[in-house]
Amino acid sequence: MSSGRSVGARFLRSELRLVFGRRRNQMLLVALAAAPVLIGVAVRLSSPTSAQGAPGFVARISQNGLFLVFTAMAVTLPVLMPLAVAVVAGDSIAGEAHSGTLRYLLVVPVERTRLLVVKYVGIVTYGLVAAFVVAAAGWLTGLVLFPSGPVTLLSGDTVPYLDALGRAGLVALYAGAMLAGLAAIGLFLSTLTEVPIAAMASIAGVPVVSEILDAVPALSAIHPYLFTHWWLAFGDLLREPIATAGIRHGLGVQAVYIAIFGALAWARLTTKDVTS
Amino acid sequence: MAGGLVVPGEVVDGRQDAPVGQFSAAIRTRGLTKRFRGGQVAVDRVDLEVPRGSVFGFLGPNGSGKTTTIRMLLGLVTPTVGEVEILGGLIPGALGAVLPQVGALVEGPAFQNYLSGPANLARMDAADRTSDPSTARRRIADALDRVSLTSAGSKRYRAYSLGMRQRLGLAAALLRPRELLVLDEPTNGLDPQGTREVRALVRALAADGLTVFLSTHLLAEVEQVCTHVGVMRTGRLVTAGRLDVLLAATAPRVELDTTDPEAAVRVLDGLGLSSPRVRAGAGAATVSAALDGIAVAELAPALVAAGVGIHRLVVVRPDLEELYVSLTGEGFDVER
Repeated sequence: MSSGRSVGARFLRSELRLVFGRRRNQMLLVALAAAPVLIGVAVRLSSPTSAQGAPGFVARISQNGLFLVFTAMAVTLPVLMPLAVAVVAGDSIAGEAHSGTLRYLLVVPVERTRLLVVKYVGIVTYGLVAAFVVAAAGWLTGLVLFPSGPVTLLSGDTVPYLDALGRAGLVALYAGAMLAGLAAIGLFLSTLTEVPIAAMASIAGVPVVSEILDAVPALSAIHPYLFTHWWLAFGDLLREPIATAGIRHGLGVQAVYIAIFGALAWARLTTKDVTS
Repeated sequence: MAGGLVVPGEVVDGRQDAPVGQFSAAIRTRGLTKRFRGGQVAVDRVDLEVPRGSVFGFLGPNGSGKTTTIRMLLGLVTPTVGEVEILGGLIPGALGAVLPQVGALVEGPAFQNYLSGPANLARMDAADRTSDPSTARRRIADALDRVSLTSAGSKRYRAYSLGMRQRLGLAAALLRPRELLVLDEPTNGLDPQGTREVRALVRALAADGLTVFLSTHLLAEVEQVCTHVGVMRTGRLVTAGRLDVLLAATAPRVELDTTDPEAAVRVLDGLGLSSPRVRAGAGAATVSAALDGIAVAELAPALVAAGVGIHRLVVVRPDLEELYVSLTGEGFDVER
């Protein structure tokens, strides 16, 4: 108990209960879970011939349901998941400031750095859970609607189903990690305002801008440094052996964004006059 | 002093981290100044001294800098210039050690809308790394009981009335034994019964040895519970000290009812009383003047000798309201 008290684990547990107990945040997870179900049903209903021409993972879903996990991840990671993270991140500091609870937390006292760490862990945990919710919904829908069995990877190798299921877990883990950079940006933006909805909207816009920049060929020089650039590198986990270059780049870029925006959020909150 | 709200047998955790200094003031500021961006000076060179064990009434019109001062005391706002010492610890360095012993209600209660009252208190307690989780449940129940809020149960905070919210805010301030309570308008939104309850609560806490720093607009409340007052006006602390001493130092006035005010004024003038004033009334007029050290015993014979019929003659000491108005101005003269 004494170690728990010194690191403030009670406050973190309380924060996680707050984030995951909020009905709005629960509904966002339900919406995310609906994505793979809808994709699965759509693929099941469409004729095999039309699925033949579909790009990437979609064509493989009808052969093995596990590919629904990867398809759903590729569909939700660029748009829906950042949106869910933006809502939770926007609420993190700005929500407390808006309702006035920020001043009471600080007076408890919660040191401002500790508050940032707990809030950040809350956002990242939510992003990770969102990724695993999509993966689990995709996996279960795939089991119900499509055949399962040994999986033919993108590299052409065939691995046992359980091996591929493990890789699906790694994909979810990677997707969750890819949201950690956005979580840091969101935490920082949330310290700038007392209007949570404004913070949410601007955070949701950030990956969109990044993805647009990533699509402009003239800007190819900066593409490797965009925090969204390596998001879909999780496809490398579906090769034998696993290609790690893109994955490592992706994780490295996230680490840099976490460091920069974590420092900005810290500089902002620790010097801010709390007048809300 | 260590008595506080301690329930017998309860471990007073965190107390050993407290800065020692039983003889220091509970709150002391030196040259405390806050200039906001834009140049507005909200608090201007305030030297505040709140003795331990006192109930300190912090008064002043809206916008006089009370809330900004309170925010600086609690480390929410950084002073532009000046020092703050709470329970012997310099702010902001000692915030972590000192604040667990300070219960605060700042500018109205604020809680998570979607949590119940007890769940909100549990969250506050969980955020406090120096509080003992094993006693949390009982302390929360005790705090709710202390503000008569046990019946609210599982109702969400957003469904609370203003009075219930205010009570929950007080309960949060009483979650653990405190040395100092900083209460910013604790009776705001309470009905007369609730106001009386809070007054009784403040008295009981003060009797236990707590220092209470009470910001309020209700002067009657201050007269009933406070031992000390400080009055703010446009960012300056214009007066501060023991309430009885401040009131005793105010100039006593004589007030008399008569049917012949002109004659009465002439007599008072002749005796050397300054600026007599006449207020017309039904039947008799009221004449009043500052006594200026003239013995009351001289007045009646002089008036009678001049043939002035007196219906009533009393010596009046200004109450807190008059003192307050004389310090902060009359009516709606908004100064910023």
